[in-house]
Amino acid sequence: MNQAYEVSHLLAGAMLVTSFALLYQERIAAVLNAFAAQSITLALAVAWAAWSQDRPDLFITALIALVLKGIVIPVALHRTVQRLGIHREVEKVVGVGIALVVGLALTGLAQALVLKVAHATASHAREELALALAIILLGFLMMILRRNAVTQVVGFMSMENGLILAATGARGMPLVVEVSVAFSVLITLFVFAVFVFRIRERFDTIDIEALDRMRGDRR
Amino acid sequence: MIHAYQIVVLAPYVAALVLVAIPGYRVGAIANVLASGVTFGAGLWLIGSARRVGDYAIVDEFNIVFIAINTLVGFTTALFSASYIGHEIETGRLPSSFVRFYHAMFQAMMGSMNLALIANNIGVMWVGLELATLITVVMVGLYRTPQAIEAAWKYFILASVGISLAFFGTILIYLAGQPALGEGVPAMTWSLLQAAATRLDPAILDLAFIFLLIGYGTKVGLAPLHAWLPDAHAEGPTPISAVLSGLLLNVALYILLRFKMIVAGQPAALDPGPVMIVMGLVSLIFAAFMLYQRRDIKRLFAYSSIEHMGLMVFAFGMGGPLANFAGLLHMAMHSLTKSGIFFAVGHIAQAKGTQRIAEITGLSVTHPRLAVVFALAVLAICGMPPFGVFASEFLILTTTFAREPWLALLPAFGLLVGFGALLMRLQGTIFGEPVGPAHRVDASSVPMVLHLLLVLTAGIYLPPMLVVWFRRAAELLG
Repeated sequence: MNQAYEVSHLLAGAMLVTSFALLYQERIAAVLNAFAAQSITLALAVAWAAWSQDRPDLFITALIALVLKGIVIPVALHRTVQRLGIHREVEKVVGVGIALVVGLALTGLAQALVLKVAHATASHAREELALALAIILLGFLMMILRRNAVTQVVGFMSMENGLILAATGARGMPLVVEVSVAFSVLITLFVFAVFVFRIRERFDTIDIEALDRMRGDRR
Repeated sequence: MIHAYQIVVLAPYVAALVLVAIPGYRVGAIANVLASGVTFGAGLWLIGSARRVGDYAIVDEFNIVFIAINTLVGFTTALFSASYIGHEIETGRLPSSFVRFYHAMFQAMMGSMNLALIANNIGVMWVGLELATLITVVMVGLYRTPQAIEAAWKYFILASVGISLAFFGTILIYLAGQPALGEGVPAMTWSLLQAAATRLDPAILDLAFIFLLIGYGTKVGLAPLHAWLPDAHAEGPTPISAVLSGLLLNVALYILLRFKMIVAGQPAALDPGPVMIVMGLVSLIFAAFMLYQRRDIKRLFAYSSIEHMGLMVFAFGMGGPLANFAGLLHMAMHSLTKSGIFFAVGHIAQAKGTQRIAEITGLSVTHPRLAVVFALAVLAICGMPPFGVFASEFLILTTTFAREPWLALLPAFGLLVGFGALLMRLQGTIFGEPVGPAHRVDASSVPMVLHLLLVLTAGIYLPPMLVVWFRRAAELLG
C-alpha cells in the first residue's frame, strides 16, 4: 500500500514540476514540449492509479491523456505554430522571476488550504488533491501571464490536467466524469482550433493584444 | 415506457442530428420550430406527470419550474429565429451555408440545458452546462466579425476558467460525500448528498462551495466575473442573446442553488446565504450604474440581465419560503420579459440597421407598433406595475424589509438607479426625430407579444395553481 502512495506522489509531484517548467519557458516550442511532458506524466499517474486502485476503467482515461494530450495536440500545435511562422518567443506580461515567485506562492497556498481543510480525508487523497490544486492554479496563472493565443490554450489544458489528476485522486469517482472530462477536452480543442485559425484569418496575428483593440463599446 | 423527462432531453438531441442533414433554410427553420414545439409539449407533460427521483434523473417541483420556462422560451425563440435568421441571410450578414449548423447547434444547446436541469448527478449537471456553454461560444462567434471573435474568445476563456473551478468544486463535494455515502455513483447523486447533508465533512463543503460559487457564478454573470456577458450578448445573433439571458444564466443559477441546498443542510458548514447576498448586491448595484454608459442597445440589456441575476441571487441568499418564492417568480418573469426585449431589439436592429443607441431614434414615428411593444417591455423590465416583474420585485423588497429593514435599502437603491438609466435610454429611442434608415421589419412579432402578455397576466392575476406550485418549489429550497 505504501509503495502505491509513494509512486503516485512522485508522479503528481513531477507534474507540478512540469507546471513550473511551463511558466519559465522562453520559446513556444519549448512550452509545447513541457506540456507534452506533463500530459505523459499525467497518463502515467492515471495508469498507476488504475493499477493500484484496481480500477481498469481508468486505463481509458490514461490512454486518452497519453494519445490526445501527450502526442496529438502538441504535434498539431507545433505544426500550427510553424505554419503561422510564430515559432519565436513567448510574449509575457511579467518577467520569469515574478511569475515563478507568484507560482511558488500559489503552490504554498494550495498546500496550506487543502491540508488544513481536508484533515478528515485519507492522507493519500488529501496530498494528491493539494498537488492537483497547485497545478490548476499554475495553469490559471499561465493563462493570465501569457499574451499569445497558443500559450493560453496550453495554460488551459494544463489546468485540465490538474483536474483529471484531482478526479483520479478522489477514489472511486465514477467513470462518467472522466469520460466527460476527456470529451470536453476534445470539444475544447475543436473550439480553440477554430478560434486560432479565425484569429489568424482576421488579424494576421494570434497575439491577444490585437483583440483588445476591438473593444465593442467604443466602436 | 418512455417518460416525459426523457423526451425533454432526447428530443432536442435527435432534432439536432436531423437538422444537420437539412440543407434548405426554410425547411430547417420549420423543423427547428417543430422540434422545439415537441420539447415544449414534453415540458408541459412533465408538469402533469409524477415526481420521481432516480439514479441519474430527478423531477421535483423545483426543477420543473426551470424546465417549463426553458422549453417555453426555447419554443418562442425558435419561432422568432425562423423569421429573424431569414432576414440575416437576405442582408448577407450570415452565409446561408451556416444555417444548417446554426439550427443543429440551437437544438443541441437546448438539449444540454435540459440535461443539466434534469440530472440528479452533480457530474452530469456539470457536463450539461458545459456543453451548452461551449455551443453558445461557437454561436456568439457566428458572424465572424472581429468584434464577434473577440467576444467569443473572451467568453470562452472566462467560461473555461469558470468550468474548471466548478469541476474542482464538484470533486470536492464528492470527497465530502465519500465517507458518508461510500465510493462511486452515490456520492455524486444530488438527492443522496442532500439527504445525507448533516453527515458531510463541513470543512470540505466550505471549500467546495467557494469553488462552485466562483465557477458557476461566472456563468450566472455575477460581478466581478461578468466580463464575458455584455460582449457575448452584443455580438452574437439576437435569438442567441435571448436564450443566453433568458435561459443559460438561469441554468447556472439553478445548479448553484442545488449546491446551496446541500451546503445549507449541514449546519456546521458556512452559511451560503450571506455570501450570496453580498455577491448579488454587488452585481445589482454595479450593473445598475454601468447601464448609464452603454452605447450599444444589446449591451445595455445585457447589463440589465446582470442586474436582475444579482437581485435573484440576493433573494435566494435571503432564503426562507417567501424570499425563495419571490426569487423564483422573479426568475420566471425576468426570463420572459428579457427574451421578449431581445426579440424586440432584434426587430429594431433590423429596422434601423444598427445597434447603436444614438442612431436609434423616433421609433414611434417610423415603426409605431414596434415602438409600443418595445416601450411596454422596457417598462415591464423596469418593474413598473401592472407587469409581473413589479410583483416579484415588490415581494423581494417587502420580505427583505420585514426581516432586515436596512438591508432592503440597497436593492431598492440599485433598482431605482437601473430604472432611471433604462427610462432615459427608452425615451431617446422612442421619441425624437427619426434619423437614418427605416427598413420594413419582416420578423414575426408573435413571440414578443406573447411574452409580454404572459408577464402582464402574471402581474394582474397569478393563478392559484401556479402559486401553489411555486410555493412548493420555494419550500424545497429551504
